[in-house]
Amino acid sequence: MSDAINPIADIPLIEIDEITLRFGGVTAIGGVSFSVRPDELFAIIGPNGAGKTSIFNTISGVYRPQDGDIRWKGESIIGTRPDRVANLGIARTFQNIELFPQMTVLDNLLTGRHIRMDSSWLAGSLWVGKAKKEEMANRRKVEDIIDFLEIEQWRKHPVALLPYGYQKRVELGRALAMDPELLLLDEPVAGMNLEETEDMARFVLDIQRELGIAIILVEHDMGLVMDIADRVMVLDFGQRISLGTPAEVQKDPAVIAAYLGSEFAQTSETSR
Amino acid sequence: MFGRPNLYTSYDQEAQIFPTWSKKIAVGLFVLTLFLLPFDVPLFTDEIPVLKSIPIIGSLIGEGIPLARFLGDETWLRPISLVLVLAIAALGLNLLAGVAGQVSLGHAFFMGVGGTTAAFLGGESGDGLYGLGLPIWIWLPGAGVAAALVGILISPVAVRLRGLYLAIVTLGLVFLGIHLGNTSWGRKFAGAPGLGRRFQELDIRIWKEDVPLVNVGDDGHWLWFDVTDNQKRYLFLLVATIVMALLAKNLIRTRTGRALQAIRDRDIAAEVMGVPEFKYKVIAFAISSFYAGMGGALFAALSGQMLGTDYNLFLSVEFIAILLIGGAGTVSGTLIGTFFVVMIPQFVEEITKWLSGKEGGIVGTFADGVLAGPDDFGVIATGTQSPGWQLSVFDWNIVLFGVLIVVFLIVEPLGLYGVWIRVRNYWKQWPFSY
Repeated sequence: MSDAINPIADIPLIEIDEITLRFGGVTAIGGVSFSVRPDELFAIIGPNGAGKTSIFNTISGVYRPQDGDIRWKGESIIGTRPDRVANLGIARTFQNIELFPQMTVLDNLLTGRHIRMDSSWLAGSLWVGKAKKEEMANRRKVEDIIDFLEIEQWRKHPVALLPYGYQKRVELGRALAMDPELLLLDEPVAGMNLEETEDMARFVLDIQRELGIAIILVEHDMGLVMDIADRVMVLDFGQRISLGTPAEVQKDPAVIAAYLGSEFAQTSETSR
Repeated sequence: MFGRPNLYTSYDQEAQIFPTWSKKIAVGLFVLTLFLLPFDVPLFTDEIPVLKSIPIIGSLIGEGIPLARFLGDETWLRPISLVLVLAIAALGLNLLAGVAGQVSLGHAFFMGVGGTTAAFLGGESGDGLYGLGLPIWIWLPGAGVAAALVGILISPVAVRLRGLYLAIVTLGLVFLGIHLGNTSWGRKFAGAPGLGRRFQELDIRIWKEDVPLVNVGDDGHWLWFDVTDNQKRYLFLLVATIVMALLAKNLIRTRTGRALQAIRDRDIAAEVMGVPEFKYKVIAFAISSFYAGMGGALFAALSGQMLGTDYNLFLSVEFIAILLIGGAGTVSGTLIGTFFVVMIPQFVEEITKWLSGKEGGIVGTFADGVLAGPDDFGVIATGTQSPGWQLSVFDWNIVLFGVLIVVFLIVEPLGLYGVWIRVRNYWKQWPFSY
């Protein structure tokens, strides 16, 4: 509250407060807290099985945490159904591409517009004035996204036929089509070559800076994360072991211990 | 307009169902042919002198093209009308199973609900039967609405199941429906078991007046044509099918249709995109049942008799065959599939009949080899009784269906629609292969 110059930045967009998620005896997330500001690019890193994707699933309502709270603009969204969470303005992509494979790129993106449209099944099947107008208006919005992501040539292709890198891009586009305030990106550059990675980094930065959308990024590509993230949180076995700017995190002995083994850490005493 | 095909200058233009001129003209001509189908068209009479003068072809089809001569033939109108009726119901199952991915074997049950409701709303009371005698503009939509309500009623159970489990549960509905129709209470609506009840004509009335506004049940005179009752029924069903097909097409390509496809392809991702799975599955069940109910009512109207046991498991399976052979998820595939599944038995029968009249020549030799006479080795039994291991035409049709379903599942999962797409793309790109 001391920073009176920019009071909006002080109110976090989303606040994760001590959430705990257990599957039987396995604790996937153990009391993790963090918050994301409305203009921030927040990265979550950690070894496999650290609970990164589980955090995404609790935010988007697929899993319900046993303990703790998630507040969206100050209001708890625990127990909210995934489709309601989407309506609040939280969009996401998936680690393994979860596009609708039999639909075209255009239809996939238009499905992203679902929450921003409201014509009923009856109006749609009669193809009357309002439904038709709405389709056209949203088609225009989707074309902007196609333009932005440079996937014009794939517009009419079923996504199952697209190369992997483009599928990742379409998935980003589908999330963007939802007009979100917060974008959860789950490993957007996994399995990509250097050129594709750099393209994707450019898109992510453009989304944050030009469209002003807050982003939570889960990624294994350290180079990418350290280059573009504003703040980084490191998870290991469901515990938060570090949180700070990329430079701070890189120097944290707990992080070095988690990634490289404790003998590489400057001090073996870690502050878990 | 003709200079650059496939050049769209507005989204509006691109979003049309038939965006190109060639498509508009082709579909227009096709629909026109469908409307002319029941009437005598001079081109397709039995004797075609021009063709007969051509050496080889003449000997084959000079005495009339075997399949085309049903045009203008009254006896062919009933199977073709049946295609239209089943197409309406199949469009419903296509929305549920093809578009939303919920395989249901209970489609015949919803048709039965529609048929019974229509018989109750539109039929006359008496002889221990309930009936209100209401006009068609109430009983036809009423049949759909009743079936949709039953669909909504059972959807909370069905929505929680998927794949095989859903198929088994909906399978149970078919037997439940037949049983309900046989109860003493059900008989008052559905008529006696095995007999059914007489079903009203498709006459269009404003209310219960004696002389209908449009008389569909009797021979008559429309504009400057003499039309028989079969022709009238056919035209009525044709209009109904075209309307229902257009509605289905629009539904699939707009917001609701995309939501249903999203649930079919990836249900969890769909929810995260903001598509409430439960709500849309209920919508899919309701709309699909509405189509089934209307189809069921028209099915009874076509045969003139509402018979509960007609809405049995075999009918449900026939719809699955329609979707598999035609191509699940597409309106045109569903229509092609229905035509194929209903007409193939008729065609096989017709060809057999045509072959059995042949003596000598190429056709005669072929006929001799295929058909089983009193003392030779053909595989198709022509008499009323099977003379031995040879199967009758009816049995061969069942074999044919089994083979077709297997072949389509393995070779072309998109069905006849997929075959059409391939043929179209080949000619689009010809002479290049890519």
